[in-house]
Amino acid sequence: MTDPAIVVESLAKRFGKVEALRGVDLQVPPSTVLGLLGPNGAGKTTTVRVLTTLLSPDEGRATVAGYDVVKQAEELRHVIGLAGQNAAVDENLTGLENLEMVGRLYHVPAAEAKRRGREILERFELADAADRVAKTYSGGMRRRLDLGASLVGKPSVLFLDEPTTGLDPRGRLEMWDIIRDLVTEGTTLLLTTQYLDEADRLADKIAVIDGGRVIAEGTSDELKARVGGEMLALRVADRSRAGEAAGAVLGLGPGGGNVDNNTGEINVPVGTDGTAILTEAVRRLDTEGIKLADVGLRRPTLDDVFLALTGHAAEEADGEQPSEDGGRSKRRDRKKEKV
Amino acid sequence: MSAITETLRTPGRLANTVSDWWVITRRNLITYVRKPDLLVFSTIQPVMFVLLFVFVFGGAFELILPANVSYVDFLMAGIFVQTGIFAATQTGVGLADDLQKGIIDRFRSLPMARSAVLAGRTAADTASVALQTVLMLVVAYLVGYRIHTSVWEALLAFGVIVGVGYVFTWVSAFAGLTLKTIEAVQAALFTIVFPFVFVSSAFVPPETFPSWLQPIAQNNPVTIWVNLVRVLTLGDLVTESSSKLFSDVPSLWTLLWQSAAWMAGFLAFFYAMGIRAYRRT
Repeated sequence: MTDPAIVVESLAKRFGKVEALRGVDLQVPPSTVLGLLGPNGAGKTTTVRVLTTLLSPDEGRATVAGYDVVKQAEELRHVIGLAGQNAAVDENLTGLENLEMVGRLYHVPAAEAKRRGREILERFELADAADRVAKTYSGGMRRRLDLGASLVGKPSVLFLDEPTTGLDPRGRLEMWDIIRDLVTEGTTLLLTTQYLDEADRLADKIAVIDGGRVIAEGTSDELKARVGGEMLALRVADRSRAGEAAGAVLGLGPGGGNVDNNTGEINVPVGTDGTAILTEAVRRLDTEGIKLADVGLRRPTLDDVFLALTGHAAEEADGEQPSEDGGRSKRRDRKKEKV
Repeated sequence: MSAITETLRTPGRLANTVSDWWVITRRNLITYVRKPDLLVFSTIQPVMFVLLFVFVFGGAFELILPANVSYVDFLMAGIFVQTGIFAATQTGVGLADDLQKGIIDRFRSLPMARSAVLAGRTAADTASVALQTVLMLVVAYLVGYRIHTSVWEALLAFGVIVGVGYVFTWVSAFAGLTLKTIEAVQAALFTIVFPFVFVSSAFVPPETFPSWLQPIAQNNPVTIWVNLVRVLTLGDLVTESSSKLFSDVPSLWTLLWQSAAWMAGFLAFFYAMGIRAYRRT
């Protein structure tokens, strides 16, 4: 019905010998959220920098809100907002002055810029700090102010580059609430993250990017389905026997799986045969005399997806032995059925 | 959507550019007010220069200068121009800081004039040069400095000093955007600026330099600017002097056009280079 808000075709960018982007393709329909998910150095920030006109691509083309990022850069800047990784606010200006300044640079009249500034501060719970210099703000407050600054121009397409990196858990939750609110108002959002749960919670669609390429795209459920059904997750009581236990159970599923020797966790994709395989696994380990601390079936997380797609966990920039690392951020208790 | 953008763009384009320049200038001026330490240290340095030169070298210089020219009167033209040039370092430092903090990225993603970040920064830093010049004038006056010409010539001299400062804020802006870190900008500018200022007529008459160095000093634009300020503040004491020390100082008109030409040349070159570096950063 409507044209996509963001179109990216075969985008390539190199810095010297480093190929940061090697043919990225993306499409984001209006009023939806695309989560660009990948480890450090995958090309997330480079993609955002090209789309916000900060970098020109070497090859390929991209449009945002119908404007070409190279040929119509100036028009494009009127309709986008960008909040970066490092909270680009002026420390010596107050919260309100920061927002007014950005508003004025979008060529919003002075009085209107001030009004919008106050409105945003109110909404992001910064009203009390409106007249304090940003230097005195906490990390979370600065990040909210930075996000606020990206909204002063009422952009139709918003880019958030790792909006929660470096925030404490509370700051992250606050940020998630704010972002979810934005989305309900119909803004198109491209969000980059290296947190799988963040993409899971905020994005309508997820594009997994690794080594400058989009390696998978789909909804969170679609991506999880690619791992192959449910996962058998178990943890041995004696970590030194994790390898032994893995040898006994990894062959039970249709293939794949991993073991983490540090935590004693073993994950095995089990397709649709979950219950039978679980019973068999428990029986085998019992025969071997290996005690279990925890065992259950769970739906795959995006961690599993990443591991299955790239052969390395999301937080590892370069693939180690796939069987050695289990992904540190695994949420053991979510969606788990105790036996 | 594009209709709105069009109305935003075409009629008020110049007005928008001027507005962008002002918004950024104001932002940088606020920084000066909120960070008085910046202003304090950038004024202490030139004041210290005045006092050191006058009291340390003054005695020795009285021996070679003509009897009717005191060293402080001779020296201040050099100190003023030197301060304008040194103070401009702040422009590159400030830009490198903005780059590191990601503020430049934000500006570059906004629909603002590409020239505004540099124009606003250089304007604010030039205001600081003007303020420092006035402050130094007061200190110099207290240690015996006197202007020997009319108010108009003195004001023109002030204009030349601030003008040189403005030109060098653009040199500094280019350095800031190219080198990208505060430390590199400071190191690079001081390495270049020190010989540039010292191998000139700023503190010592070039006639006292070794003969191989004299042509360099005499053709150094800093010498031309300093000589102009000197003639504009000392008048007849220089132009009518029979002293060998001033024999190479050309007439006021020659100095005026040479100064203007050097300033225009520097400005045009570094303005273009600065904007180019900003677009590419």
